[in-house]
Amino acid sequence: MAKRIDVSGLNAYYSNFRAVEDISMTIEPRTVTAFIGPSGCGKSTFLRTLNRMHEVIPGARVEGKVMLDDENLYGANIDPVAVRRTVGMVFQRPNPFPTMSIKENVAAGLKLNGVRNKKVVDEAVERSLRGANLWNEVKDRLDKPGAGLSGGQQQRLCIARAIAVEPRVLLMDEPCSALDPISTLAIEDLIGQLKEQFTIVIVTHNMQQAARVSDRTAFFNLAGVGQPGRLIEIDSTEKIFSNPSVQATEDYISGRFG
Amino acid sequence: METPRDTSAPPSDPQPSKGSQSAAPNLAGSSPQRGGSSLSDSGRTGRRGDAIFKFASSGSGVALLVIMAAIAAFLTVRAVSAISADHGNFLTTSDWQTQADPITFGIAAIALGTLISAVVAMVIAVPVALGIALFISHYAPRRIAQALGYVVDLLAAVPSIVFGLWGALFLVPHMIGVNAWLNQYFGWTYIFHQNEPGTQPRSLFTVGIVLAIMILPIITAVSREIFLQVPRAHEEAALALGATRWEMIRTAVIPFGRSGIISASMLGLGRALGETMAVATVLSPSYVINLHILDPAGSTIAQTIANQFGESQGTGRDALIAAGLVLFVITLLVNGAARLIIARRKEYSGADA
Amino acid sequence: MSSLATTSQLSSSLTERRLPRWMPAVNLALAVLLAVAIGAGFNLSSKPQWLLIAAILYVVIQYVTSAVVEGRRHAKNYVATSLVWVAFLLALLPLISVLWMTISKGIGVINANFLTHSMNGVAINQEGGGLYHALIGTLEQVAIASLLAAPIGILTAVYLVEYGRGNKLSKAVSFFVDVMTGVPSIVAGLFILSFWIIILNMPFTGFAGALALAILMLPVVVRSTEEMLKLVPNELREASLALGVPKWLTITRVVLPTALGGIVTGVMLAVARIVGETAPILMLVFGADTINMDPFNNPQSSLPLFVWTEYSRGTDQSQARAWGGALVLIAVVMILNLVARGIARWKAPKGATR
Repeated sequence: MAKRIDVSGLNAYYSNFRAVEDISMTIEPRTVTAFIGPSGCGKSTFLRTLNRMHEVIPGARVEGKVMLDDENLYGANIDPVAVRRTVGMVFQRPNPFPTMSIKENVAAGLKLNGVRNKKVVDEAVERSLRGANLWNEVKDRLDKPGAGLSGGQQQRLCIARAIAVEPRVLLMDEPCSALDPISTLAIEDLIGQLKEQFTIVIVTHNMQQAARVSDRTAFFNLAGVGQPGRLIEIDSTEKIFSNPSVQATEDYISGRFG
Repeated sequence: METPRDTSAPPSDPQPSKGSQSAAPNLAGSSPQRGGSSLSDSGRTGRRGDAIFKFASSGSGVALLVIMAAIAAFLTVRAVSAISADHGNFLTTSDWQTQADPITFGIAAIALGTLISAVVAMVIAVPVALGIALFISHYAPRRIAQALGYVVDLLAAVPSIVFGLWGALFLVPHMIGVNAWLNQYFGWTYIFHQNEPGTQPRSLFTVGIVLAIMILPIITAVSREIFLQVPRAHEEAALALGATRWEMIRTAVIPFGRSGIISASMLGLGRALGETMAVATVLSPSYVINLHILDPAGSTIAQTIANQFGESQGTGRDALIAAGLVLFVITLLVNGAARLIIARRKEYSGADA
Repeated sequence: MSSLATTSQLSSSLTERRLPRWMPAVNLALAVLLAVAIGAGFNLSSKPQWLLIAAILYVVIQYVTSAVVEGRRHAKNYVATSLVWVAFLLALLPLISVLWMTISKGIGVINANFLTHSMNGVAINQEGGGLYHALIGTLEQVAIASLLAAPIGILTAVYLVEYGRGNKLSKAVSFFVDVMTGVPSIVAGLFILSFWIIILNMPFTGFAGALALAILMLPVVVRSTEEMLKLVPNELREASLALGVPKWLTITRVVLPTALGGIVTGVMLAVARIVGETAPILMLVFGADTINMDPFNNPQSSLPLFVWTEYSRGTDQSQARAWGGALVLIAVVMILNLVARGIARWKAPKGATR
C-alpha cells in the first residue's frame, strides 16, 4: 500500500524567491527517509511540496514533477485535496483542533471524507490511536479536549489523526522539536513501527535522531544567505553517517559546518 | 484626577546623573541622596508616591462603578415617580399619552418595536458580516484584503446620523418596489403583509435594514480580527487531512472563532437596540402593536425618547426616563448573556483571551 | 498494527474529476440567459430582480454541475465560495452608496462661507448659512469630554493591569466596563438629564452634553489602554523595580511611556466615536443656530445635531445643508481615525504585534 515517491527537477518559490532548486530524488516505500541540513536550506519547504501544502501559502508555487507511483502530483486534473488525503502530514508543533475532543480530533479526517457510520468511525479511532501508541493512555477520556494532553501525547494524537485517513505516505516536519526527550523516544519508536505500512519522510535537526530512525538520509545545503537550497546527496543512512561521498556532508555531520 | 507626578522630589532617575568622574565615589555619593544607606528610609518618597498613585488609580475604578450605580439609581428614581403617576399598566400599555389627562403610557409597543427592528437587523447583518469577514480573512487576495480591512474599520466609525440621513433620503424612496414585491409574494407569511399597500415605507423593516447596514462594519471588523487570529497550524492541520477550503473553515476557523463571533454579534445587537438617530430619521412612529413589519407603524424606545423629549415636561420627561431604564435593562441583559456564553466557551475554545 | 490499512472506505485516486476551466463561465452565461428569459417571460419590471434571479440560478447550476462531476464536497466548497463573494458584493453596495451620496450631495454645499458662518438669521428655505457654530460646539464638547474621560479611563486601566490583577474590585470594574460599553448613548443622555438637569437644576449647556459624552468615552478608553498596558513586557517592569524604582514611578516613567502610542491611539478612536453622537447632544445641549463660544452657559450646537436639525426642517435647502454637515462630520471622523492609526504605526512598541 505504501507508495514510492519519485521527484525530478523540482523548484519551489515564495513569490519571486526560489527557496528550493532543482531537486531530484527517489523515496522508497516502507522506509524512513530523513532530511537533514542547516536552517533555511529548504528541507521543510521541499517536504511541503510532496503533498501540495506549499501552495497554501499565498504567492508560493512549485515547478517540476513529483511522481507518486505512476501519478504526477502536479499533473493536470490532480485534485490537491485528494493528494493531501493520500500523503498525510505531521507538523512541528502539535496542533490538535482545540475545540474538539480527542476522539473528534482523530475522526476529523474521516468526517471530512464523508465517513458517517458510527461503528466504522469508532473502529478507525481505536485503530489509529493504537497505531499511534496512545490508546492505553487516553481510552478512558476520549471525550476530553485534545488540547488537555501533554505535548508528547498531543503529537501522537496528531499522528493518529493523520493515519486515520489511511494515507500512503506520512510526512513529518520536525515532529519532535517541541518535545522532551521521553516523548521524543516514544515518537521515534512509533516511527519504527509505522514504516511497516507507510512511506515515511521526516525532517529533523537532530542528527542522532536521523541516525536512529531513518533508513536513508538526504542532506540539503545552501550556498549562502538568499540562495536557494539544494540537495547535496541522498544515500543509505549508514553510508551518510560513516562515509559520505561529499565533503560538505561530512563537515555538517561532524559539526565542522561553516 | 491629576497624576501626582509633582508631589515628590526628583530622585526618580534610577541612574545617578550628576558628576560622573569616577564610578565608586559617585555611587556612594548618590546613595544618601536616594536614602540608600537606610532601607527603611529609602522607601519613603516611593511609598508615599505609591500610596497616592494607587489611591488615584483605584479611585478611578471605583468612580467608574459609582457612575454605573448612579445611572441605575437616578433612572430608577425618576422612573418610579413616573410609573406611579401612570394610569395605564406600564408594561402592557402600548399608548404613549403623557400630555393628556389622565396620563397613560406603557412600553409594550415601543419595546416590541425595538426588538423587531433589532431582530431584522441581526438576521440581515450577521450572516453578511461573517461572509465579508471570511472573504477578507480567507478568500480575497492578500493585497486587496488588507485594503478592505482598512475600509471596513473606517466604515465602522461613520456616525449613525449619516446612516440615518442616507436611510431617510435615499433608501426609503427605493424601498417602495421591494415592499410591494414582498407584500405580493410573501404577504401570506403575515409579517410581510401590508395593510395599506403603497404607503411610504417608513417602517420597522426599513429601519431594520438601515440598522443592519450600520452594524455591519462593526461585526465584520471584530469577527475578521478573530478569524485572522486562528493559528495557521490548525488551518494547515485541516488542509493536510484533505479538507477543501470550506471544510477547513468549518473545522478550524469557525470553532476557534465561535465565542468571538458571538461577542461581535452581541456588540452589534447592543448598537441596534440603542440606536436613536438612524431610527428617528427613517421611521414614522405610532404607538400601536403591529406585527406587519412593512407597515409604517410602531416605534422604538430610543426613538420615542428622542422624539418626545422636546415637548415633554415634568412627568412626561420622567416617563421617557422610565422607558430609558427599560432600554438600559435590555442592553444589560444582552451584554450579560454574551459574557456568559463567552465564559462558558472559553475553556473549550483554547483561546487565551 | 497490521490491521491498520484495511476497511478502506476512502477512495485513493488522486485524479478526481474536475470541472473544466471554462465551465463556470458557461454556467454564468446560461444563468444570465435563463434569468433574462424568466424576467422577460413573466414581465418583471425591476432590473435588480433579474440580477437576483441570475445570481441564484448561477449558484444552483454551478452546484449541480459540480456535484455531478466532482462530488458533493467540491460542490459545497463552491457554494460557500459563491456565498462569501455574494455577501461581500451585497454589503459593498449600500456602504459605497452611503459614502457616495454623502460626498456627492455634500460637496456642493461646502465652501468657505459654509465653514465660517452660523445659521443665525438664515431662513429654512434660504440657501447659505453654515455650520461654524456647530463646529465650535463639537470641538468644545469633545475636548471637555476627553479631558474628563481620558485621565479617569487611563488610571482605571492602570489599576486593572498594575494593581488589581484578579482581585474582587478589579473583576467588578472589569465587568462594568464591559456593561458600560453597551450603554446606549440615549441612556447616558437620560442619566445626565435626570441627575444634572432635573435634580441639580442646571441649564442645558455644552458642558452637560460633554458629561454624557465622557460616560460613553470612558469604557472605550479603559479597554484600549488596558490592552496596550498588557502588551508592555513584564521584564521592563521587573528591570525597573530591580533598580529600586518605586512602583508608581515604574508605571509613570517606564510602563506608560512604553505604551503611550497605543494609549493615544485608543483615546483618539474613542474621540472619533463620540464626535458622531447625536442623541445625548439633542437632549442636553439643546441646539442653537447662533455661535456660542461658552460651553458652560446657554445651549450650543454640534455637527451631528446640525445634521439632524437641518434634516428635520425638511426643505430642499436645509436638507442640502444636512448633507454638507454629514460630509464635514465624516471628514472629521476619518481624519481622527487616520491620525490615530498613524500614531499607532509610528509609536508601536517594539515586539508588539503589528
